[in-house]
Amino acid sequence: MKKLTTMAALALLLVVAACGGGAPEERKTVKTPDAITHEKVEKKETPKEIDPMSMKGIGPVTELTLPETIDQGMVEEGKALFEKNCAACHKTDKKYIGPAPKDILDRRTPEWVMNMIINPTEMVQKDPLAKQVLAEANGAIMADQNITEDQARKILEYFRTL
Amino acid sequence: MNRLTKILAVAALAVTVPQGCSNNNDGTASKNGGAINKSSAAEKVYVAPGEYDEFYAFMSGGFSGQISVYGLPSGRLLKVVPVFSVDGEKGYGFNEETKPLLETTHGFIPWDDAHHPELSQTNGKPDGKYIFINGNNTPRVARIDLTTFETAEIIELPNAGGNHSSPFTTENSEYVVAGTRFSVPIPQTDMSIAEYKGKFKGSLSFISVDPEHGHMDIDFQVLMPGYDYDLAHGGKGKSHGWMFFTTYNTEEAHTLKEVNASQNDKDYIAAINWKKAQEYIEQGKFKEMDSEYLINRYDENKHMAESIKKNKVRVLDPTECPGVVYFLPTPKSPHGVDVDPTGSYIIGNGKLNANLTVHSFDKMIEAIENESFADEAYGIPVLNFEDIVAGTVESGGLGPLHTEFDGEGNAYTTFFISSEVVKWKLGTWEVLDRVPTYYSVGHLMIPGGDSKEPWGKYMVALNKITKDRYLPTGPELAHSAQLYDITGDKMELILDFPTIGEPHYAQAIAADIVMKNSKKIYSLEENTHPHAAKSESETRVEKNGNEVHVYMTTIRSHFAPDNIEGIEVGDKVYFHVTNLEQDWDVPHGFSVLGAQNAELLIMPGQTETLLWEPLKAGIIPFYCTDFCSALHQEMQGYVRVSPKGEAPEILATTGE
Repeated sequence: MKKLTTMAALALLLVVAACGGGAPEERKTVKTPDAITHEKVEKKETPKEIDPMSMKGIGPVTELTLPETIDQGMVEEGKALFEKNCAACHKTDKKYIGPAPKDILDRRTPEWVMNMIINPTEMVQKDPLAKQVLAEANGAIMADQNITEDQARKILEYFRTL
Repeated sequence: MNRLTKILAVAALAVTVPQGCSNNNDGTASKNGGAINKSSAAEKVYVAPGEYDEFYAFMSGGFSGQISVYGLPSGRLLKVVPVFSVDGEKGYGFNEETKPLLETTHGFIPWDDAHHPELSQTNGKPDGKYIFINGNNTPRVARIDLTTFETAEIIELPNAGGNHSSPFTTENSEYVVAGTRFSVPIPQTDMSIAEYKGKFKGSLSFISVDPEHGHMDIDFQVLMPGYDYDLAHGGKGKSHGWMFFTTYNTEEAHTLKEVNASQNDKDYIAAINWKKAQEYIEQGKFKEMDSEYLINRYDENKHMAESIKKNKVRVLDPTECPGVVYFLPTPKSPHGVDVDPTGSYIIGNGKLNANLTVHSFDKMIEAIENESFADEAYGIPVLNFEDIVAGTVESGGLGPLHTEFDGEGNAYTTFFISSEVVKWKLGTWEVLDRVPTYYSVGHLMIPGGDSKEPWGKYMVALNKITKDRYLPTGPELAHSAQLYDITGDKMELILDFPTIGEPHYAQAIAADIVMKNSKKIYSLEENTHPHAAKSESETRVEKNGNEVHVYMTTIRSHFAPDNIEGIEVGDKVYFHVTNLEQDWDVPHGFSVLGAQNAELLIMPGQTETLLWEPLKAGIIPFYCTDFCSALHQEMQGYVRVSPKGEAPEILATTGE
């Protein structure tokens, strides 16, 4: 393996020389896989302190005040939707592929939860909290299950009962 | 060769690259005839990254049996739709759900020769609902749904030998037709081939297309003399209600047709008055013939196809139904028959001729009304050539095959032997322009070019021979298609691209008509597959004797169950895999070591089934084949296969 690498490097050198570059400095830009990994580890930033309860996420839900009483009809529908669309990756009371929704409203705003359900692809790309969750899940992205705002609201109602 | 030599050889090659970088046009100038200004040609076909093409082009795969979908003007390959041939990439014909699509009364047929894609029409214009294509070898017609770009139905044709003149449409896709290229005894019987003359028959099938669901069935067949029926086109406008078929081998030769089928100076175009035929059907003047055939339909909610067996077909005998069939004498073994956008002219492309014969629909009707017949053949009236001919195009080319139209009063005809396309004017019959093709052009295609309203912007030449057009790839070469800009007085070659199989014929349609209806996912809610597991809680393994059903789900990035035990050698294991994703472009694959069929490629919301019969005991991995996420490599599971009679209890778990 080592011999091969040396030879490949030699071959590369030849190519560089042939193309008329030839300056030894240029070789510095050729990185070994090891160097790349190492660099990445060094550059890893510690996440900034964010108050999750101030974040509403990115998506159609901008303002939501939850009524005090829980709507049981919505809960039933939300439970069915959860089992159909979400349960493959989320167990209600323990982390599975993704985090558990139990007590989620102690950790997140209702707007954020709904936006995460409705708009997961954009959320994991842009929202700092969602990015953090993605990292914690080893990059297991949250699937967009084409959930409507109305459906997400029912799923949220179900979460309130967990 | 030792390793060092190899490396040095690579390096040496690399050294030569800079020389290859300089533009060297030597040797290419003679091969780009028509493309006078290379930079302006490049601009015309350039579709910037992320932008869409203007047209969908559906190219038949010829002997590949499939349809490939290209964007025009870029020539980018968008998709290969499996139709008549099994396709391991998509599991088509390998998974349990699509196997019935390829069933026939001759058994499971995994291949065919697909020639003519034909878009469905409304009011004589391509409507973007379906595309039909013929299976030439084991006579069939397929319907592809253009919301899913999947084969939705395949109908088998009884009483036919080689389905070539097919599946050309009427103005509102009331019918797509099929004519037998090779005449055979009808009904089939064991007899001497030498007794062909007078005893073999041709059949012309009128396949009805249900306006709501697109379902096909054979409405009736017209029983014809034993000629070879080559191509067809529907009348339009004033000639709507008529269908025209070319014939050759009116000599009724049964051997060395190369010589013996080219003896007569003229063969016929058969003009079929299908509205008149409908009247006879309504009056009950048909015979019901015992004829077995299958109709195979794919149910989009069940995600599976089923075969319906039919036993009878209605047959019309033209001698008992006057007014249904007339013969139009046409010189030199006509190949293509094409009807201009107004429906006034019927063009016979006499393939052994230099000239084109154009018949007048009005003159044909007048001759029929005057009963001015020159002769009759097997009781079918033959019209006088002089009565019906509208004009002759003195082309100067050799071997005319097919004609399409630009909607501006011009026609474009391919010449196979002289490898060129000739543009000529309808009405005056004068030749306006000619361009070479590379090489030996068969069909040509203008988007909507056989309809009432062509999009006369581009023309594609579909060539049979490739030779030196591309980097050589051994004895076999991809066939070539050439794109011409036809907006100016001169046709201009602007792009040349290889195709899959053979670009036998093609049709194209404005992209906006089709793309707005393109489906993104299958709704899990609407999935009625009997073996679907619509959530992980429904996943399980059921064993009954040696038959095992695995109800499995996929979602990024795991299978449920992913650990399975209790299987033994000799079991027939059906993996019913449901993709729980509901997001566009997230298919999952499923493959298992030792499977003797193919992978599954399951679209979001879909269920597909792979049959696996393990031959060896051991721990067998299965995995997702379609790169689905960052954790795709982790999307894997195991099946424990025990020796026969030694399997433990069934176990199916995930995450335990």
